[in-house]
Amino acid sequence: MLPHRIEISKIVEENELVRTFVFDRRIIAEPGQFVMAWLPGKDEKPMSIANDYPFALSIAAVGPWSRAAHRLKPGKHMWVRGPYGNSYKLKGKKIILVGGGYGIAPLRFLYARARESKVDTTIIMGARNKKLLMSLPKGKNIITTDDGSAGRKGVVTDALEDLLKKEKYSCVYTCGPERMMKAVVDLCDRYKTPYQVSIERYMKCGFGICGQCAIDGKLACLDGTIFDDVSKFKEFGREARDASGRKIEE
Amino acid sequence: MTNPLVLASGVWGLTGGNLVRAAKEGAGAVTSKSCSLQPRRGYGNPSVFHWDNAVINAMGLCNPGVDEMLDELRFAIKNAGVPVIASAFGNSFDDYARMCEKMRSVKPALIEIDISCPHHEPGKKVAKPFACVARDAAQVTEVSKEACGKVPLCVKLSPNVSDIGEIAKAVEGAGADAICAINSVKAMVIDVDARRPVLANKVGGLSGPAINPIAVRAVYDVRNAVEIPIIGTGGVTTGRDAIAMLMAGATAVGVGSAIAFRDRVFKRIAEEMEIFMRDKGYAKLSQIKLEE
Repeated sequence: MLPHRIEISKIVEENELVRTFVFDRRIIAEPGQFVMAWLPGKDEKPMSIANDYPFALSIAAVGPWSRAAHRLKPGKHMWVRGPYGNSYKLKGKKIILVGGGYGIAPLRFLYARARESKVDTTIIMGARNKKLLMSLPKGKNIITTDDGSAGRKGVVTDALEDLLKKEKYSCVYTCGPERMMKAVVDLCDRYKTPYQVSIERYMKCGFGICGQCAIDGKLACLDGTIFDDVSKFKEFGREARDASGRKIEE
Repeated sequence: MTNPLVLASGVWGLTGGNLVRAAKEGAGAVTSKSCSLQPRRGYGNPSVFHWDNAVINAMGLCNPGVDEMLDELRFAIKNAGVPVIASAFGNSFDDYARMCEKMRSVKPALIEIDISCPHHEPGKKVAKPFACVARDAAQVTEVSKEACGKVPLCVKLSPNVSDIGEIAKAVEGAGADAICAINSVKAMVIDVDARRPVLANKVGGLSGPAINPIAVRAVYDVRNAVEIPIIGTGGVTTGRDAIAMLMAGATAVGVGSAIAFRDRVFKRIAEEMEIFMRDKGYAKLSQIKLEE
């Protein structure tokens, strides 16, 4: 599929780092899937889908590509191809979503699906500080910040452990920095709770041909990005690969 | 080999784990991603995408460098359970010799030299397509052959030439034990809205079903020029494509971009070949030939 040009209809300022780009069209996609987003003359990056209708991408200004994206205004364009990858699968009737930083974006999309299916959902959103939080739908929300500037002072796993200690949940869904997700997975294993994590690796093709996003002989773009068995992985939370394929510490 | 299907270089083969996976999915042999003396990050994105019935790429020969790749190859050789082909490229004849010397240390089934990357930048030294000039192709084959020791050498040829038979003859004469044909076809896709080539490198290589007739013709030309085995590669996606490759003169069949077009592609191609052979009464692959 060629990258497809789409017009930005609205830009929502989520916080000082993140903007959500809204496009006046529908994408047939499920939460956890991603697109490859291209800015001509710049790079092309994998971006998790933040909503299907209207199609939206939440982009954090963390590098040259995303800062260029943030300079775009409504009426300008992005080029996307996809959707790619598998998706989060709703499991059972009582779930927790754990988002770290802008990792909350695809989980808000999942939350909308969970609500449609009348699944009892608790969201835990963590960030370094108040200024890096994103808005949440009304519901059972727990906020944590490293510095205590909003919500509970601490990290998401503190809040998660309190919940898992008290009650049985059918699944924990998480997206965020890999070390945070590793801590979430370790907790889930300890409390014998199923989990689904979204794995990020350096990507080139997005559809399972180049082999760049390999993790433990699996491909993040094709077999993931959502995995429910990363406890068995040797590389999860430990090592990744750079653009050349060399191993680097995660 | 349990079947004549070979995972082509450049697809999946960046890691040992991926090579093992291809073997588990039914490849009769697997080829690692081409690597070089030093690591290379490759070109920026977009570096690969679908275009109609094809894939275009300019990955830019990204690889972790031969020393790390040897670890990946060792892992694959130990765990894949099928022959592992080690692919190498360089920027000079001397690079190829040094690469082959390093690679033979892990005892791969075959060393493949990629001398035909289609996204070489004119004027630059990186991965010059020696396969485009018969004399260069022969010379790089000769130095590589010497460096390979007992490991047989396969030379990967380019379709971007006027007479691939002539090149094939030159590499056979220089000592190549096998030929892999073809590498991808030099190509460009322009996005008319963006008014830019889509690939960051502008130019890349076309692969996938669309190039299969080009590959079949090239293999046919190579077969008419040389006696050594040929790994016929280029757009093979179905059992009938693979049979056509064998009829054109291939000894084994490379499968690459097809994995982006069909699930379980190795098993399915192998099954389709078996059914074809049973229906037509072929007992051995070597019986599959064009009508005289």
